[in-house]
Amino acid sequence: MDYFLTEDQQMIVEVAQQITDEKIIPCRAELDEKEEFPRDILRQIGQADLAGLYIDEEYGGYGGGCFDMVLALEQFARGCVGIATSFAANGLGAYPIILSGSEELKKHYLPLIASGEKYSAFALTEANAGSDASGIQTTAVLDGDEWVLNGTKQWITNGGEANIYSVIAITDPQKGARGATMFVVEDTDPGFSYGHKEKKLGIRASSTRELIFKDCRIPAERLIGRRGAGFITVMKTLDHSRPGIAILGVGLAQGALDEAAVYAKQRVQFGKPIISFQAVQHLLADMAIETEAARALVYAAAKHIDAHPKQMSKASSMCKVFATDMAMKVTTNAVQVLGGYGYMRDYPVEKMMRDAKILQIYEGTNQIQRNVIGQELNKEYNK
Amino acid sequence: MKIIICLKQVPDTRNVRLDPKTNTMSREGVESIMNPYDRHALEEGVSLAAQYGGTVTALSMGPPQAAEMLKEAIACGADQGVLISDRAFAGADTLATTYTLANAVLALGAADLIICGKQAIDGDTAQVGPGLARRLDLAYASCISKIHEVRNDCLLARRMMDDGYDELEITLPALLTVVREINEPRIPSLKGKMNARKAVIKTFNAADIGADTALLGLAGSPTRVARVFAPEVRGERAMLEGTVIEQVKELAAKLEAII
Ligand SMILES: Cc1cc2nc3c(=O)[nH]c(=O)nc-3n(C[C@H](O)[C@H](O)[C@H](O)COP(=O)(O)OP(=O)(O)OC[C@H]3O[C@@H](n4cnc5c(N)ncnc54)[C@H](O)[C@@H]3O)c2cc1C
Ligand SMILES: Cc1cc2nc3c(=O)[nH]c(=O)nc-3n(C[C@H](O)[C@H](O)[C@H](O)COP(=O)(O)OP(=O)(O)OC[C@H]3O[C@@H](n4cnc5c(N)ncnc54)[C@H](O)[C@@H]3O)c2cc1C
Repeated sequence: MDYFLTEDQQMIVEVAQQITDEKIIPCRAELDEKEEFPRDILRQIGQADLAGLYIDEEYGGYGGGCFDMVLALEQFARGCVGIATSFAANGLGAYPIILSGSEELKKHYLPLIASGEKYSAFALTEANAGSDASGIQTTAVLDGDEWVLNGTKQWITNGGEANIYSVIAITDPQKGARGATMFVVEDTDPGFSYGHKEKKLGIRASSTRELIFKDCRIPAERLIGRRGAGFITVMKTLDHSRPGIAILGVGLAQGALDEAAVYAKQRVQFGKPIISFQAVQHLLADMAIETEAARALVYAAAKHIDAHPKQMSKASSMCKVFATDMAMKVTTNAVQVLGGYGYMRDYPVEKMMRDAKILQIYEGTNQIQRNVIGQELNKEYNK
Repeated sequence: MKIIICLKQVPDTRNVRLDPKTNTMSREGVESIMNPYDRHALEEGVSLAAQYGGTVTALSMGPPQAAEMLKEAIACGADQGVLISDRAFAGADTLATTYTLANAVLALGAADLIICGKQAIDGDTAQVGPGLARRLDLAYASCISKIHEVRNDCLLARRMMDDGYDELEITLPALLTVVREINEPRIPSLKGKMNARKAVIKTFNAADIGADTALLGLAGSPTRVARVFAPEVRGERAMLEGTVIEQVKELAAKLEAII
């Protein structure tokens, strides 16, 4: 379907498409198998000027927004959600600085991320704080002109690979939700180290790792936004980044549909290509309908966010839920279309199905997204 | 450093078929692409300019539609594109092609380094590089697979040979032809594509480069094509099966039988 992209947006798609077809697709199976971080591909994404799509021009970026990022991510995810996640996590790490950071932090860190020279990560989750982010136990205490961090973050995407970490910690325990603050921690800061690296079902090219802070000392200026505004920054960040996860579902589903349709045309059973069986056609038809519907919703949500509305959580959550539930279903059906071959690693669809599952979990589970949407509806209908 | 990259637009020969009756290429519906070797020449020029400073000019002799390829070269990092195009160039063999390219290089005010592909995938002669070097009286090396370092008056490079490689010190100005192993060409960048969209490709005709028309195109081409034909595919094929070890043993036995 034609979404009437501008010439510039069309160019973003073309560049991302070429990277996906020529660089990502040929090596995705190997990176998945070896659980290897896609450093070389991220370098090439940076070289192609796509690392800073959502970062302002004055900080070395392209000066686009959520929609521009979505267009690039859709292509990458068509190739590999593991690689696309590694790329997208840079945005998640950068958004706290973009949305709440001081001019000094922006000037220092954003150009490094925009050029693709450095990677970033976002560190919220802990062993006892998943959906309930308020359960975080990592602390930061001001000591002279330094903050001292203690605690352990878990399952941090790009952990061990990124150089710039946006980390939330409790600064004022008595203040509850207003007692948390975000900080920039650099990979070389004293007292900062990496722990366990996870072995995962899917997105195995992406690194998911523990971050350990043991009397980790950072300069006072590394605080992002106001002291106590940490959770506000986290929520704003996730509102901006969720369409990025949603579109991973769309790109992934498109990739799965492409594989399934091509296969169905060439696989012959009962003397006919299996695409001639109506049951297979209907599977493919539903996959196409749902992928397109999700794409339209994600594009709309991304454009809505780029217009800087006061309220964006509902749109952001809606597209995340719809597109990622869709991706799980479509990739499962792609395996079905390929039958036993689909279950084998010789074909890419089993990986696509494995990769789909995470989309319903990270950046807030789909149950939590529905809670957010429900709460917004509750407020809306109060008026 | 002033770098000129010679680029040829070629039919995508992966999709070309020979018409069995006329024995000519049926170009219908075949896309024109940048000669794949030239993509590597361009990448090398762009990364040398980034490393050592300098400008990269993409130069091509060809019909007006070759301007599109030159825009692609700008998208991949070239600073400017120059097209030499004139009806008088039609039917050029390698002698006339190098004459035209040499005049164009002189019209551009010479260069410190000219990089060509090893060969074009359509003409396949691999003569244009050396021919151009001869005409411009430049130091020349073919099949370069790595450039180690550029110094003031020379560069250090590796040349692929059938039986290994040579390490060379080549005085500047020089002309090199490159093989695919030299680098991995970059994907056109977003800023590059935007530059390309705005770029105006300079176009020179025969008069602009001060060429003698008697030496151009068909008139300047002593090559005569006597016959074109598709070689018959002969020879029997045998598929070896079994484990790798079994296949190797069987192959060795077959070879021994021949010797
Ligand atoms: C591969 C991977 C990468 C990740 N990357 C990052 C990262 O870069 N940065 C980061 O900070 N975190 C990251 N996470 C953490 C991720 O965001 C959390 O896993 C997620 O928010 C869910 O938390 P949990 O796993 O602890 O699940 P839990 O919160 O324990 O939830 C378990 C189940 O209960 C349900 N549930 C919980 N509460 C409710 C409720 N109130 N109503 C209804 N259902 C509920 C959930 O939906 C889920 O089904 C990553 C996780 C993974 C697996
Ligand atoms: C027997 C024969 C008959 C031919 N007859 C005709 C004919 O009748 N009509 C006709 O149009 N053509 C004809 N050609 C094609 C023409 O001679 C060649 O295409 C042209 O001279 C370039 O030679 P090549 O393709 O072998 O390039 P190579 O020598 O293999 O190319 C090496 C490198 O030189 C550079 N280069 C080559 N050509 C150009 C160019 N045009 N601009 C910029 N850089 C370039 C590139 O860097 C390239 O990688 C004929 C060729 C042969 C061999």
